[in-house]
Amino acid sequence: MNFSEVFKQTNQLCKVSPDGKYLATCVQYRLVVRDVSTLQILQLYTCLDQVSHMEWSSDSLFILCAMYNRGLVQVWSLEQPDWHCKIDEGSIGLVSSRWSPDGRHILNTTEFHLRVTVWSLCTKAVSYIKYPKACQKGIDFSRDGRYMALAERRDCKDYVCVFVCDDWHLLRHFETETQDLAGLEWSPNGCVLAVWDSCLEYKVLLYSLDGRLLSTYSAYEWSLGVKSVSWSPSSQFLAIGSYDEKVRILNHITWKKITQFEHPAIIDNTKATVYKEAEKRPGVGSDEMPLHNITMGATLFNTQSKYEICPLPVQIPVVKPDPDRASPKIGISVLAFSSDSRYLATKNDNMATAVWVWDMQKMSLEAVLEQTSAVRCFQWDPLRPRLALCAGNTKLYLWSPGGCVSVQVPTEGGFQVQSLNWHCSGDSLILLGKEQLCLCYMDTDQEDK
Amino acid sequence: MGEWWTTETSMENYEISSISHVTMSPSRRNNLVSMYSFPLSKSSYSVISAFCTEDNIPQCISYINQELASLGLSSTCIEAISPGDTGLSTVPALNAMYELLQIHRRSMCNLEELEREQLRKSSTLEHIQMSNTRLKDQLELSIREKSGLHETERQLQLKIKTLQSCLKTEKDEVQKLQSVIASRASQYSHDAKRKEREAVKLKERLSQLLIDRKDKKLAIDVLNCLGRADGKRRHWKTTKATSSHEDEMYKSLLSDYEASQRSLMLENAELKKVLQQMKKEMMHILSPRQPSTRGATADDSQEQADLDGEAKGGDASRESLDQYCEHAREQLTNSIRQQWRKLRNHVERLDSQGTSQNQLESNKEVIPRETHEDEMERMRCEVQQCREFIHAQQQLLQQQLNTSFDDETAALLNDCYTLEEKERLKEEWRLFEEQKRNFERERKNFTEAAIRLGREKKAFEEDRASWLKNQFLNMTPFTHRRRYSSSDGQSALSISNGKIPGLACFQTKILATLCMNILPRQFLSLRFGNTEVASFAYLHPL
Repeated sequence: MNFSEVFKQTNQLCKVSPDGKYLATCVQYRLVVRDVSTLQILQLYTCLDQVSHMEWSSDSLFILCAMYNRGLVQVWSLEQPDWHCKIDEGSIGLVSSRWSPDGRHILNTTEFHLRVTVWSLCTKAVSYIKYPKACQKGIDFSRDGRYMALAERRDCKDYVCVFVCDDWHLLRHFETETQDLAGLEWSPNGCVLAVWDSCLEYKVLLYSLDGRLLSTYSAYEWSLGVKSVSWSPSSQFLAIGSYDEKVRILNHITWKKITQFEHPAIIDNTKATVYKEAEKRPGVGSDEMPLHNITMGATLFNTQSKYEICPLPVQIPVVKPDPDRASPKIGISVLAFSSDSRYLATKNDNMATAVWVWDMQKMSLEAVLEQTSAVRCFQWDPLRPRLALCAGNTKLYLWSPGGCVSVQVPTEGGFQVQSLNWHCSGDSLILLGKEQLCLCYMDTDQEDK
Repeated sequence: MGEWWTTETSMENYEISSISHVTMSPSRRNNLVSMYSFPLSKSSYSVISAFCTEDNIPQCISYINQELASLGLSSTCIEAISPGDTGLSTVPALNAMYELLQIHRRSMCNLEELEREQLRKSSTLEHIQMSNTRLKDQLELSIREKSGLHETERQLQLKIKTLQSCLKTEKDEVQKLQSVIASRASQYSHDAKRKEREAVKLKERLSQLLIDRKDKKLAIDVLNCLGRADGKRRHWKTTKATSSHEDEMYKSLLSDYEASQRSLMLENAELKKVLQQMKKEMMHILSPRQPSTRGATADDSQEQADLDGEAKGGDASRESLDQYCEHAREQLTNSIRQQWRKLRNHVERLDSQGTSQNQLESNKEVIPRETHEDEMERMRCEVQQCREFIHAQQQLLQQQLNTSFDDETAALLNDCYTLEEKERLKEEWRLFEEQKRNFERERKNFTEAAIRLGREKKAFEEDRASWLKNQFLNMTPFTHRRRYSSSDGQSALSISNGKIPGLACFQTKILATLCMNILPRQFLSLRFGNTEVASFAYLHPL
C-alpha cells in the first residue's frame, strides 16, 4: 500500500472523473484537475466564489462548480480550457445543482425549492419543473440515464414525475400513497422505483416504470420508520434500514420481506467473526517500538492498532439517544451493498463504533468490526468485495472476507481521515481529511489478519 | 262431713305409696277409693271403720248407692236384707264389689299403659332434646361459617369492585389517550396542510415577484454551444416522439419482465429436476431396505403399494413436466413429501434401533457416529494446532518484520549483542585463567609435599629398620646395655640421620606417631630407657 503526499482541499470536494483518469479538487475558489496516476496538475481554473458543489459530467469532459451563495454555476471544459459557461440564477437563489446523465444539461434547484430549472448547454434553452419537493432525496436518475424521477408536492399531496432525460418530456405523473414522501430511488435495472415515506410513518411503495403500484410494504405502525433505503446492484434485494435498529430485505419477485437483520447490543450465538480494534501502545516492554517509530518519522501520538478477533459473546458499546429530541441518533442510517451483491454493510447510529457486514447468500451476519472511535464513512470497492472505512483518526481500515487490516496513514501533522472514496477501478482510495486529501494506492493481496 | 278432714292425711300417704310420677291432681274419687282400698296403708282401715258404724248403715248404704250410681253402676245397688236390718244382701254387694274391682283393674291397666306411655314419651323427649341441642350446636356452627363465608365473599366482592374500577379507569385512560392522539394527529395534519398552503402561496408570490423583477436577469452565458453528447442533432418535440418514448419505456419494462421470467423459469426447471432426482434417490434408498427392515410385512406391502402408485405418478409428472400443469406440480410435491416422510420414519426407526441393545444389526448406523465423533475430535485438535502454528508464525513474522525493517539498526543491535558476548567471554576467560593458575600452584605444592612426604617416609623406614634392629638388640635382660643401647639408639637415631637436634625431635615425633600407628601394643609394652621418646609416644598420639 502506497500513500501519496498530502494535498489541500476545501469542503471535501474531491472527485475522480467517471473514466478514472482525472482527479478534480477544489481549493477555496480554485478548481485543480490532476492526473490520477502521476498527481500532476493538468488544469487550473478559477471560479468567482468559493465553490459549494463540484461534479464531473458523465463523459468526463466537463466539470460543474456551483456557488450557492452567489447563485452561480460555472462549467469548465477539460478539452478546451478557454471554454467557459456561467449560469446565473439571479435573485431566485440556488440550493442545489447537478448534471443530467447525458452531460449536457444542468438542473438547478432554486431556493425554497420553488422550481427546478433545466439548462441546456446545447441550445441554451431553459425548462422549468414546478413544485419540486424539498425532501431527503427528491430527484433520482435511473442508472442507464434515460429517466429521471422527481418528487412533487402539490395541494398537500405527493406526486412522482417521471421525465425522459432525452428531451425532458414528462412521461408519467402519478400520485403516491405517502403521507410525506421522503425519498425515491430507481432500481439498478431501471424498472422499479422505490418510494418511501418520512420517518413518522413506515411505508415503502414500489412503483413500476409506467407508474403502476407494484407493492406496498409497512413493517410496523406508529414508531419511527424508515431511515435509509438501498437497492442491491443486481436489483434483487431492497434493503430498508429503520429506526428500530433493524434492516429488512425485500425480494424483487414478491416484494415481501425475506429476512430481517437485527443489531443487538450483545452479539452471541452467531458464526460471525467480531473484529475489535486494539491499540498497540508503544512503551514499556517492547524495545523495538520506539526505534520503529523514530525511523518511520511518526509522532508519538500515532498509536498503531491492530484487529483482534473477540470470542463471543461480545458487547458493543451503545449510546442511548436523547428521547426528547427529534431525529434521534438511533437506527440504521447507512446501508451499502458490495458490487457483487454478496455483502451488505450497515451502521447502527447508536452503536456508532461498529460496522456490521452481512452475507446475502447465507442471509446471516458475516463480521462485525468494532472500532475505537465512531465510524465516519465506509465504502465498498467498486469491483471486489472489499470494504474501506474510516473513523476520523489517522488510520484506514480495510475488510475483506479474508480478514481485516488497519493501516496507519503515514503523514506528518496527523491527517484525520473524515471520508473516503474509491477510484472506479478499485485500485486506489481517496482519503479526505478536514482540509487535506491523500491518495492510497492498493497493492494486490494486501490483507493479512 | 267431718270425716273429710281426717281422710286428707291418709290421702297423702296413699298417693306417695301407690302412685308415682303421675301429675294427676288428686280427685275426690281417689280419696274415696283410698278409703275402701287394699290393705296398703294401715291407717285406711281405721278410716273405713270410721265411715260405717252400726248406726248409720242405711245412710251408708244409700250413700254408697249414690256413689255407685255416680260411678255409672246404677244396676248394682246395695240393699239391705230388710229395712231396718243391719245386714246387707250379698249378691248386689258382691256384684258391686266385683264391678268396683273391675273398675279398679281397668284403671290399673290404664295406669300401667299410661305409665308405659309416659316412659316412652319421656325417652323420646330426651332423645329429641339431645338431638335438639346437637342441632342447635350445628346450627350455630353453620351460622358462624356462613357469616365467615359472607365475610370473605364481601371482601372478594370489594376486591373485584376495586379491580374493575381500576380496569375501567385504565380503559378510560387508554381511550382518552387514543382520542387525544387521534385529535392531535388530525390537528397536526390540518395545521401542516394549512402551513403548506400558506407556504405555497408565499412561494408563488415570491416567484411572481422574482420573475417580475427585471434587474437581475437569470441568464446563461456560454462561449459556444456544445454538441449533444451522442452527437445527434436535436429533435423536435412531436407526438411521435412522445409515443416513441412510451414505446421505449414499455419495451424496457417488458424486456426486464421477460428476463426475470426467463431466470425464474430456469430456476423452476432446475428445482423441478432436483426434486425429481431427490424423489428417485429416495425411492431407491427405500426400496432395497424393504427385506432388511424390522417393520411388519403389512408395512412392507404397503410401502410396495405406495411405490407402485409412485411410479405411475412419477411417469405422469415426467410427461407433463414441460407443461406447466398445476396438477402435475402438486402431484410431484406430494410424492416428494410422501417419500421424504417414509425416509424419515425409516431413519428414525434405524436410530431407535441403534440406541437399543441390538447393535449388531444397526452397526452401520452406530459406528459411523462414533467414527464421526472421533473425526471431529481429531479435526478439532488439528484446528487447535493449526491455530497455534499460525499464531507462532504471526509472532515470528511480526518480529521479523519489525527487526528487518532497518538493516542498520539490526546490524547495530547484533553488534551490541556480540560485544556483550565478547565481554562476558573475556571475563570468563580471565576467571578461568586465574583458577587455572591457582590450580597449578596448588598442584605444585602438592607435588612438593608429596616429594617431601616420600622422602620422609623413606627416612622413617630407615629409622624404623634401625629401631627394630635396636629393639631386637635390646631384647636382652641387661638394663645398662639397654641404656647404652637406647642411648646408642638415640645417638644412632641422631647419627644415622645426621640432622640437627630440632629436626631430630621432629623426626622422633613422626617416628613416634608412626610407631603408634603401626606397632601400638608392642611399642608400649617395651620399656624404653629414653623417656623422651616414650613421653612423645604418649603425649603426641597425632
